Amino acid sequence: MNRQMSTAVDIRDAVKTYGQVTALQGVSLNIADNEFFTLLGPSGCGKTTLLRLIAGFEEITAGQILLFGQDIARLEPNHRPVNTVFQNYALFPHMSVLDNVAFGLKMKGVDLPSRQKRAGQVLEMVHLSQFADRLPAQLSGGQQQRVALARALAPEPKVLLLDEPLSALDLKLRQAMRVELKQLQEDTGITFIFVTHDQEEALTMSDRIAVMSNGTVQQIGTARDIYEAPVNRFVADFIGETNLLQVDVEANSEDIAIVILPGGHRITCPSASSKTGKHHLSIRPERVTIADTGNLSATVDRVVYLGTDLQVIAHLDDSQTVTIRLQNAARTAPPALGQRISLQLEEGAARLLAD
Amino acid sequence: MAAPGPQPQTGDAAYRGIVRPLLLPTWAVIGILMVLPVALMAVYSFLTKEFRGGVEWDFTLAAYDQFFVTRGLFGDEPPQIEWTYISIFWRSIWQAALATLLCLLIGFPTAWFIATRPAKTRGIWLFLITIPYWVNLLIRTVSLRFLLRDQGPLNEGLIDLGLISEPLQIINTNLAVQLGLFYSYLPFMVLPIYAAVERYNFALSEAAADLYASRWATLREIVLPVVKPGIIAGCILVFVPSLGAFLAPDLLGGAKTFMIGSLIDEQFKGSQGNWPFGAAVAMILMSLVLIVLLLYARAQTRGAR
Ligand SMILES: Nc1ncnc2c1ncn2[C@@H]1O[C@H](COP(=O)(O)OP(=O)(O)O)[C@@H](O)[C@H]1O
Ligand SMILES: [Mg+2]
Repeated sequence: MNRQMSTAVDIRDAVKTYGQVTALQGVSLNIADNEFFTLLGPSGCGKTTLLRLIAGFEEITAGQILLFGQDIARLEPNHRPVNTVFQNYALFPHMSVLDNVAFGLKMKGVDLPSRQKRAGQVLEMVHLSQFADRLPAQLSGGQQQRVALARALAPEPKVLLLDEPLSALDLKLRQAMRVELKQLQEDTGITFIFVTHDQEEALTMSDRIAVMSNGTVQQIGTARDIYEAPVNRFVADFIGETNLLQVDVEANSEDIAIVILPGGHRITCPSASSKTGKHHLSIRPERVTIADTGNLSATVDRVVYLGTDLQVIAHLDDSQTVTIRLQNAARTAPPALGQRISLQLEEGAARLLAD
Repeated sequence: MAAPGPQPQTGDAAYRGIVRPLLLPTWAVIGILMVLPVALMAVYSFLTKEFRGGVEWDFTLAAYDQFFVTRGLFGDEPPQIEWTYISIFWRSIWQAALATLLCLLIGFPTAWFIATRPAKTRGIWLFLITIPYWVNLLIRTVSLRFLLRDQGPLNEGLIDLGLISEPLQIINTNLAVQLGLFYSYLPFMVLPIYAAVERYNFALSEAAADLYASRWATLREIVLPVVKPGIIAGCILVFVPSLGAFLAPDLLGGAKTFMIGSLIDEQFKGSQGNWPFGAAVAMILMSLVLIVLLLYARAQTRGAR
């Protein structure tokens, strides 16, 4: 990936309140040019609000947003080189697909032949050429979604904002569109700011992800960073599946800690804080194995068949629950219910969290 | 006796047995209140006028002849086009069109304002708009006459303020008729536009602004086309009754502002009346309105394709 490291969008301590409600409380983000950047978080965490601030539909309460170094606070939406793919598409119902796509160019003053040519090209890019003369209402959800995408891409914005564009599509289509969107982003070199509450979507497409909760950014990083080195319980829990084990922290430096597991075993693991005392350790189910002599002992409660995987749910002696994922291909027989097993946490895979 | 059993199906005997009788009241209302009066009027327009009002059952085209053709004062000249009534029609169309435009210019922003209030207060605004219409139209028109006359509150107020020295001649002018029509039919413009704007998806305006449209361009390219059905419904609802209105022209206008409604009204009053002629004028007016509506409907279906 050849990422130029110039900054496209620089958000500094953005605060947005609606009356009593604080939708964003001091968000700072630095989004690079040509980046596929994702805002990920549960519903109501402020993702849409942040996009609307960038697009100019809402006024920022405090803080600053810079677009390629320029403060855009005073720019009306129609003067920002930013286009949006709306969550519910907001296609113009009285215009043909082609006119919808050409609208931005028309408003920019591009003459009719040029804008129709360009709109035709963009429609081809999203495989909708044969629907150019239809009205939006005559298209399926997936096709409407592509029109919305084409309409936002046609004026060649510097930044494209996408608000949960795939959430209304069925699973198959959603998966196909993920690949296509990513490809489109790489081909056009436009900076994408993509909003989703679907962690799988975020992990598969993004260069970097900002995980949000309650109007704040919890963690920013690549998919791997966020999955493998979550900083706190929220991120660890929200991204993928994880086991959160309560442990005693014996010693802790900025990034390495010695913890005592339930049952008394002592391990060294990466740490996201420097506190000692009772804290949570995160370990992914697929990084726990059943061993002859591991560092945890547990009793099997349930074995769930998941096709490629087997999920084993067990409890420790202090009654904390642990979930384990075993590859179904392993030749060993699955453990029986009620069986005592010994578990091994993969070296370096467990991580001590800041709360 | 109705025993529990299969539900009646559309199109079978049960449908004919149950649904048809239930539709009877509807047909009765349409028949008695709409078809019958129009048919009666159509028949009357071909009958012969009886002295002192009423009709004789003698079929003739005399009424239509009187409307369109003149043969001079004594009826002995070669037939020519009679312009008297056509020009009354023409003037009425102008008046109605102007009233419609005025209602649109005021009604659209009003409807927009109401539709963009918080959902809780919209009902109150709509109620305020409709309050005056609980009072009879005749009384409201007479009150307007009282307000606008030379010694009325409007003129006296302006004189007291020192803005004018002589009362403005408003009553008995086209302006007064315009004001009367505007005031009578404004809600018919506001309500359908309100309904359209209320359904308008404001995300479309955001999408337009996002795609570099100015406020004016958004209004022209997106808002107006999308709420157009409401605007057209409002225009029809104001134009059609304005065209046939007789209270406002009668009470607020003078001799020069004579409109179709008054012409028809006159034919059915007192011994001067001419029922067949009144019926013929009404039929011509109705045909005109129907033609306009049909043209509009055809333009709509063609536009949708
Ligand atoms: N126009 C508004 N008025 C009041 N509160 C709002 C408004 N828009 C959003 N909010 C509130 O701000 C918070 C964040 O909303 P939003 O940005 O839409 O979240 P997300 O897109 O992540 O689901 C929510 O608590 C929501 O209720
Ligand atoms: Mg949202």
